[in-house]
Amino acid sequence: MNSGFMKIVFSVLILCALLLAWQFAVRYNEIPIYLIPAPSDVIMALVRGFQTGIYTKHIIATLTEVFAGFSIGLAMALVLGLLIALNRTVETYVYPYIIMFQSMPKVALAPVLVIWFGLGMTSKIVTVALITFFPILVNTIVGLRSADFDRINLMRSLGASRWQVFRMLQLPGALPFIVAGIEVGIIMSLLGAIVAEFVGAEAGLGMLIQSMNTTLDVAGQFSILIILSVIGLSMNKTVGFIGDRLLFWDSSRKAKAAMGRR
Amino acid sequence: MTVQLVQTRFAEPAGNSSGEAIGIRRLSRRFGAGDQQIVALDDISLSVKEGEFVAIVGPSGCGKTTLLKILAGLDRPSEGEAWLRGTPIAGPRRDIGVVFQSPVLFPWRTVLDNVLLPVDVQKLGRSRCMDRANALIEMVGLSGFGNRYPSELSGGMQQRVGLARALIHEPAMLLMDEPFGALDALTRENMNLELQRIWLETRRTVVFITHSISEAIFLADRVLVMTPRPGKVQIELEIDLPRQRELSVMNSAAFGEYANRIRGILNAKGAVD
Repeated sequence: MNSGFMKIVFSVLILCALLLAWQFAVRYNEIPIYLIPAPSDVIMALVRGFQTGIYTKHIIATLTEVFAGFSIGLAMALVLGLLIALNRTVETYVYPYIIMFQSMPKVALAPVLVIWFGLGMTSKIVTVALITFFPILVNTIVGLRSADFDRINLMRSLGASRWQVFRMLQLPGALPFIVAGIEVGIIMSLLGAIVAEFVGAEAGLGMLIQSMNTTLDVAGQFSILIILSVIGLSMNKTVGFIGDRLLFWDSSRKAKAAMGRR
Repeated sequence: MTVQLVQTRFAEPAGNSSGEAIGIRRLSRRFGAGDQQIVALDDISLSVKEGEFVAIVGPSGCGKTTLLKILAGLDRPSEGEAWLRGTPIAGPRRDIGVVFQSPVLFPWRTVLDNVLLPVDVQKLGRSRCMDRANALIEMVGLSGFGNRYPSELSGGMQQRVGLARALIHEPAMLLMDEPFGALDALTRENMNLELQRIWLETRRTVVFITHSISEAIFLADRVLVMTPRPGKVQIELEIDLPRQRELSVMNSAAFGEYANRIRGILNAKGAVD
């Protein structure tokens, strides 16, 4: 038996033991299901939710908001980031507002956005776009400016045009920063969608949690938390995977990965 | 065999009639104004012949790098003039190769792609330059490393890539700014030998900046000694040691005499703390 396989076996055994302990503790102490549900209750809620098709519908709603909002936020952050990093005039007049908004928790805007854009998906997409926009924007700006002086001098000494300096030096050099911004942004985007749905929505996992709360369906809420963890984890892994492929040359990234960042 | 091969590829740079590669006349560079003003270079005049290896030696802050930047077209003099091969320097030019203190490689490019950077920037055509790039990689002793990334190389190997890159677009002259300053002593001596060999093969004009007296004497045909505050060339010293020089030349009496003279000048001017 190799040690990797044994590690997996032990992890699964420990998980089973924890779940069993939880199950017996709840049943033995007769804790009511509306306070702490047993693992079996959560699993039942999960199965029922998918069998009736309710979960699938709301998962699709939330994922649509996340991806639409994230794409819009990403595109806007990249375009504005380029403008700010490359144009002094834009920087002078726009950057102060960016800094101001940066320090404000964007989810606090969700209630206003629901008033402006209604209970439908639009208000969620706007919230998600806003919340993903800032980390990516700031990282894009910092990344494009990070080109070190020696490298710029080298390019200049070769007679490179400004466009060549941008394309061959600044843009590839900014990629690690942009990817790091995306890694933060993608996690924030799920948060943004859920919070916006809490405020008021017609569909989505956040709305589902809210409505389950009013009926004290704690097992149902636990089952949605599991779904949210799976979604969050797979988005994080996907971005991490693409980032590693794109930035294979970035040794600091390897160092981070080796330290068990993911 | 290799020498011949390389020599045919590195055609002699077309010299102008006067044979002067670099001319500097009464050049000064000042930074800042008023009381804060720093005179980095003060009234410097010099001339470098086509194919000559000139080393500029001096302590930190004597304006060596500023002088090199002006030659590379990256900085402008406050007063005076500088020419490269008969034409005044008006900005960066494509017929020079610069090697910096750090290797300044692009980590997302392979060794081969780093060497080809000037080719990409100056649109010389990759396919035309591919043979040359491979020959240069071989010349700097990195055969088989063309597809590696800089993070996989040691400091000395990275600096060799920088050297190959500086030669790829067949520059008429090489400007080197303390290229081996960050290397350990053993690697540095080795790189000095390599650089001498490459120079003997290619016979480019080289301006080599260093703060190591022995490195300057070992490599150069002529050593210029600079002192700081204000940056000035104190003396020019012809180094009359036969080529090809071996490391053992550093133990010779003649070498020691050159070193003592240079050290004497630097001490007399209070350039050494």
